[in-house]
Amino acid sequence: MAPVLQSSQPWVEKYRPKQVKDVAHQDEVIRVLNNTLETADCPHMLFYGPPGTGKTTTALAIAHQLYGPELYKSRVLELNASDDRGINVVRTKIKDFASVAVASGQRQGGYPCPPYKIIVLDEADSMTEDAQNALRRTMETYSKITRFFFICNYISRIIEPLASRCAKFRFKPLPQEVMGSRISYICKEEGLNLDDEVLSTLSVISQGDLRRAITYLQGAARLYGSSISCKDLINVSGVIPPEASEALFFACKSGNFDLANKEVSNIIAEGYPVSQMLDQLLDMVVEADDISDEQKARICQKLAEADKCLIDGADEYLQLLDVTSNTMRALCNMPEDFTYEA
Amino acid sequence: MLWVDKYRPKSLDNMNVHEDIAENLKKLVSEQDCPHLLFYGPSGSGKKTLIMALLRQMFGSSSEKVKVENKAWKIDAGSRTIEIELTTLSSTNHVEMNPSDAGFQDRYIVQEIIKEMAKNRPLVDAKGKRGFKVLVLNEVDKLSREAQHSLRRTMEKYSSSCRLILCCNSSSKVTEAIRSRCLNVRVNAPKEDQIVNVLEFIGKKEGLQLPVGFAARIAEKSNRSLRRAILSFETCRVQQYPFTSNQAIPPMDWEEYVSEIVSDIMKEQSPKRFAYSYTSCLCENFTFIIRKIIYISHCGDYFNFGYQPDTHSILFLEVLVVHRLLCIFCIVLCRLFQVRGKIYELLTNCIPPEIVLKRLLYELLRKLDDELKHEVCHWAAYYEHRMHLGQKAIFHLEAFIAKFMSIYKSFLIATFG
Ligand SMILES: Nc1ncnc2c1ncn2[C@@H]1O[C@H](COP(=O)(O)OP(=O)(O)OP(=O)(O)O)[C@@H](O)[C@H]1O
Ligand SMILES: [Mg+2]
Repeated sequence: MAPVLQSSQPWVEKYRPKQVKDVAHQDEVIRVLNNTLETADCPHMLFYGPPGTGKTTTALAIAHQLYGPELYKSRVLELNASDDRGINVVRTKIKDFASVAVASGQRQGGYPCPPYKIIVLDEADSMTEDAQNALRRTMETYSKITRFFFICNYISRIIEPLASRCAKFRFKPLPQEVMGSRISYICKEEGLNLDDEVLSTLSVISQGDLRRAITYLQGAARLYGSSISCKDLINVSGVIPPEASEALFFACKSGNFDLANKEVSNIIAEGYPVSQMLDQLLDMVVEADDISDEQKARICQKLAEADKCLIDGADEYLQLLDVTSNTMRALCNMPEDFTYEA
Repeated sequence: MLWVDKYRPKSLDNMNVHEDIAENLKKLVSEQDCPHLLFYGPSGSGKKTLIMALLRQMFGSSSEKVKVENKAWKIDAGSRTIEIELTTLSSTNHVEMNPSDAGFQDRYIVQEIIKEMAKNRPLVDAKGKRGFKVLVLNEVDKLSREAQHSLRRTMEKYSSSCRLILCCNSSSKVTEAIRSRCLNVRVNAPKEDQIVNVLEFIGKKEGLQLPVGFAARIAEKSNRSLRRAILSFETCRVQQYPFTSNQAIPPMDWEEYVSEIVSDIMKEQSPKRFAYSYTSCLCENFTFIIRKIIYISHCGDYFNFGYQPDTHSILFLEVLVVHRLLCIFCIVLCRLFQVRGKIYELLTNCIPPEIVLKRLLYELLRKLDDELKHEVCHWAAYYEHRMHLGQKAIFHLEAFIAKFMSIYKSFLIATFG
């Protein structure tokens, strides 16, 4: 059965780097970790950055490289948001694991096997503040025999006392060239051919998120065979075609509320994600040169508010309609304040 | 069987709409290594149909032999045990569920149940061609942030034994990290002419005579929801057959109700009634309001919700805040008490509050001057957002109506003196 399962992995998993040196673009952390591999010395670590930039990959790779397959299970505890990590777990499971003494460092089977264990707390930004606070003591008490790796998207969600105990590394969105070369590598392995233009389109639409780029690539490869065009990629990625956002912007300029309302309804019926629409609207407004700075400010402020509301779970149609109406009033120089509000 | 179910295409090969998406899906699952999928699009656009057909494409007809299970799970959460009931729909190769049903406990469903299911490899018999099973999760946009986070690593870690198919209305509410882990499939609402085609197709199968333009009228009223179009088509059939060309397309009863509410709200607004001086009304009604509030907080079944005693004080504050808002517009208030009954009835009939609010807005926009539209749509967005932050949707609906009434009143005064 085993070989079948091997090939049933999606490409993102298939091409997850197994070694730290294969992680692209995150040079700083790689340098430190390579050092760790040599000296077996390692601080507590905090990795943060946007999705799909290699945080989890790096943490797992270093753990595997340090201990090898045999010791891995006994030396590494990986907890992520799919595990309960409430304060109870911190007090019991994590503490128990952290307190176990380990044999002094001796290389085994070609792996450094340093004399400490590693606890990887992936997606740590979803841990409650209480749970994080409960960790402080554990971290300190067992710092000789345990290292913590925190991984998160937003560093601001990690409490300061924890963050200050760690060496912090920001994982940067991957720039076009780097992404291009990684994608080219995958293409070679999978027997696809992409030209440069397509490669750069792929980098642009995935916005520095390599995982997303790989998923798009796989999708496009399945749908359109081995030669893929820019249009195919755009189809797969579901970005909103510029015509749709332009139509909305045009309706705003027209000053006709009903027309704008119709555009908004249409966007919703087409199923375009409104958060993305707001992004595209922002780009258009910022780049337009026939709009005054004051008007731009008015529009952007509302865009920001709507973005926040969407995150709170507000309705997409109503938010987009509100943004559209506000944009229209700004563009047509209607007064900023409402007339009839008590 | 309802026509919506009877004429639901069973396989990707005979889709009536979204043939293009179906074609793509077929290619996508032609190999073993397809990525996780996220279907998104407005309700009634046909996501569910596509997903079911996709499952059939993957697993053959065995995916249709489903059994419904309602199981109580005991989850050990450290100090206490949590019991969650969950309904699942499963075949040998897939499990479908709606994790957001567990409300604020949805995290446990993801952490315990879904993870457990993802971990276990499916029993692959010699004939089985898939090395993985599929979990279909509905309404992922309603999952809490925490629950969504909990999905992330599960999606990666067990990807060799399990694929997730996620389904939602608005992909903005699904976190970036989840979206980055899936191939996103947008399912747009069918266009009116596509709906007409489907209706005509059904008409033919049922052996019905359709007058010219009849299907088009239904399609126009359907708001681009195929489900809704088919439902009202069937209703028409029940109400009157043979069809006549001017036969009325029955609106949904709740929509009619909303439009009644709207005319109620706007009726009372004659400027003459506003002749009272502002302040005198305020004093007059204030004691009344307070009395009302005290009554509410004592009897403890505001709207028959059966509050516990300790929620009284909170309720009291909530009511106080809302009513403070309201008492500024005391004339409005009397009306509001009547309107409230109707709104409450809508909500108890399980019409989601945001749908009610959107419909209210829709009706209002149809009747208002351009000048007011901006203002009203702003407040609709404002109160709908508040609804998500607060607890009781009805308060925010009322607040919106009160706001509207006061705006409308000032508008009338300014216009007609
Ligand atoms: N720097 C990188 N070098 C090579 N591959 C990468 C890199 N970053 C991401 N990838 C690819 O993307 C996939 C996901 O990366 P990873 O799991 O490390 O993301 P992450 O940073 O942990 O994201 P999240 O915040 O969503 O958890 C990997 O399987 C790999 O294929
Ligand atoms: Mg990760």
